[in-house]
Amino acid sequence: MKKDIILSGVGGQGILSIATVIGEAATECGVNLKQAEVHGMSQRGGDVQSNLRLSTEEIYSDLIPQGQADIIISMEPMEALRYLPYINKESWVITSSNTFINIPNYPEESKLFNEISTIPHVVQLPIEDLAKEHKIHKSANMILLGMAAPYIEILSAEQLRKAIATIFARKGEKVVEDNLKAFDLGLKGI
Amino acid sequence: MEKKLLLGDEAIALGAINAGLSGVYAYPGTPSTEITEFIQGNALALERGVHSRWCTNEKTAMEAALGMSYAGKRALVCMKHVGMNVCADAFVNSAVTGVNGGLIVLAADDPSMHSSQNEQDSRFYGKFAMIPIFEPSTQQEAYDMVSDAFDLSERLKLPVLMRVVTRLAHSRAAVAISEPKEENAFSPDNDRTHWVLLPANARRQYLSLVEKQTEIEQASEESSYNQISNLGEGTGKLGVIACGIAYNYVREARPTNAEVLKLSQYPMPVDKIRQLASDCSSILVVEDGQPVVEELVRTVVGADYPIEGRLTGKLPRTGELNPDNVAKALGKEPSAAFAAAENVVGRPPALCQGCGHRDVYNALNKVAAEYPDARIFGDIGCYTLGALPPFRSIDSCVDMGASITMAKGAADAGVYPAIAVIGDSTFTHSGMTGLLDAVNDKANITIIISDNLTTAMTGGQDSAGTNKFEAICLGLGVEPAHVRVVVPLPKNMEEITNTIREEINYKGVSVIIPRRECLRTLARKSRNK
Repeated sequence: MKKDIILSGVGGQGILSIATVIGEAATECGVNLKQAEVHGMSQRGGDVQSNLRLSTEEIYSDLIPQGQADIIISMEPMEALRYLPYINKESWVITSSNTFINIPNYPEESKLFNEISTIPHVVQLPIEDLAKEHKIHKSANMILLGMAAPYIEILSAEQLRKAIATIFARKGEKVVEDNLKAFDLGLKGI
Repeated sequence: MEKKLLLGDEAIALGAINAGLSGVYAYPGTPSTEITEFIQGNALALERGVHSRWCTNEKTAMEAALGMSYAGKRALVCMKHVGMNVCADAFVNSAVTGVNGGLIVLAADDPSMHSSQNEQDSRFYGKFAMIPIFEPSTQQEAYDMVSDAFDLSERLKLPVLMRVVTRLAHSRAAVAISEPKEENAFSPDNDRTHWVLLPANARRQYLSLVEKQTEIEQASEESSYNQISNLGEGTGKLGVIACGIAYNYVREARPTNAEVLKLSQYPMPVDKIRQLASDCSSILVVEDGQPVVEELVRTVVGADYPIEGRLTGKLPRTGELNPDNVAKALGKEPSAAFAAAENVVGRPPALCQGCGHRDVYNALNKVAAEYPDARIFGDIGCYTLGALPPFRSIDSCVDMGASITMAKGAADAGVYPAIAVIGDSTFTHSGMTGLLDAVNDKANITIIISDNLTTAMTGGQDSAGTNKFEAICLGLGVEPAHVRVVVPLPKNMEEITNTIREEINYKGVSVIIPRRECLRTLARKSRNK
């Protein structure tokens, strides 16, 4: 079994924390993993992505071939669309519906969401709004991970929850609590 | 055996620590920075007192590492590919002196220029200096190789080059960790004839380097990192040479009938290449970066033997390899379910909101608008983003330190006002010598050292000149009245623009230092409190 995941977003939105949590869970469960990240210049508000490959078999390439990604997990709707050539008709796109507009030529939102709706399997929630509403504004990325959890399959939601507790432990109990709350919100699809 | 999830960079760092490293010497540069950062935070390295403080530039790093090797200890020098240009003098000559303790020079290349100015391939440097080169394909191999590279360095008494690319440096995988070895004993070299490169000694040393080539070639030929294997089944096999990380892409493509030479140690194993050539009817060379091997293979198999690769267009001539372009070169057509989306536009990086560099560019643009002939020479760092909208402030960005020296040369030719913008860390890396030239020549230039108290672009490492800039400028001979400090904040705009105007009007070298801490560094400090 394999799951190839593209994590995407804008520099500073916290996609690398999602990758870290999945990485921790995979390591705990003995699932093979390769995860290519973007460091450097693009982290300054540019588009960022991470290729995360999980498999029970040996993984060769650090990068996912086009058409083979099983899931796109995106903190931003246009950034989800950017990786369209990497998925196929069976793939799932899990994305925030909150746009992040830091460029003058951002596409018209109605057109953007129309195009997203042409993808066969999409789950979207306004995660930034939800995070604010539930007073966990720094944990929007864990809402997204919760939304994606049922589709990751190779790792269970419980294994991901455990990984969240481990990863955020050094930041204190409150941070762990907020992130678990966020994850559960996403998981329930609220 | 314990397994750890590590970036390629971290695997190299831990591999070095566990191989008995005594010092890492480096200047930050993407994608190599995390190697030194890992060592700085590693418990065993801290306990052993392994040197890991940042150096001023790659040349000082290379020389200090050579000094540590001279004293018998194992040393590692890390840099991004263009850093090799900065340390080239020391690097090439270190192959002539040879080493005492093991010495690894780690160059992280950046094909596709994710965070760089060119795509130069460091393997050329290894060949140039006539030393062994290691090029890992996986994080595990990177970890294991460091120890083997130190051993080979000490056996041959030569530095070795290790080359990685961005995709390995910044990709994570599980790595099996071995037990740490002890550091080398302190044992400074007593043979001066190796180290004093007077012509008489240098000639002898160079000859000895040439004579070692047979042994270096033999090491490659016998290396367990260079292996021929069959992928798929069938006749009429395609020969493939897969260098470093390219091997992963070749395996990912699952070729149906290929004989593959996995190449991870150089110089090229000539016998293995001859064997591959005789088993197959053509060879595809898959290598990330420039076509180093593709050119050299021709000299082994003859001009008539069919070789394909980046030079023949089978693979793209520029940009990094990926599983798609390698699969295509192996004859596998991609299966695309979706074309690129229509409603997607580029999202270039930008200076952070509230960053002091923004205030510097706002002020510069205001003043420059009053001088239609003004030219602003930029440099390497976050502030290079001043080239992009909304600022579009800078007219050039070439290499570390070039802002000051290009402004000087342009001023010599008559450009006025000639303004240089350089960051604090870039200034101490390569700007100080240029400033001395400008002072000695009484050049009519205005230099802005935009000081955010850190090396920001690479993630906020210590900057070598913090708290020393006024003293450095005065020491190099800039007139005290023309070393000016301002605080780059919107409320100070009038003072900043006036200062710039006054210094442009002064006919000589002036230095303006806008100083305010990087917001990211500041935020990180307050989080860690």
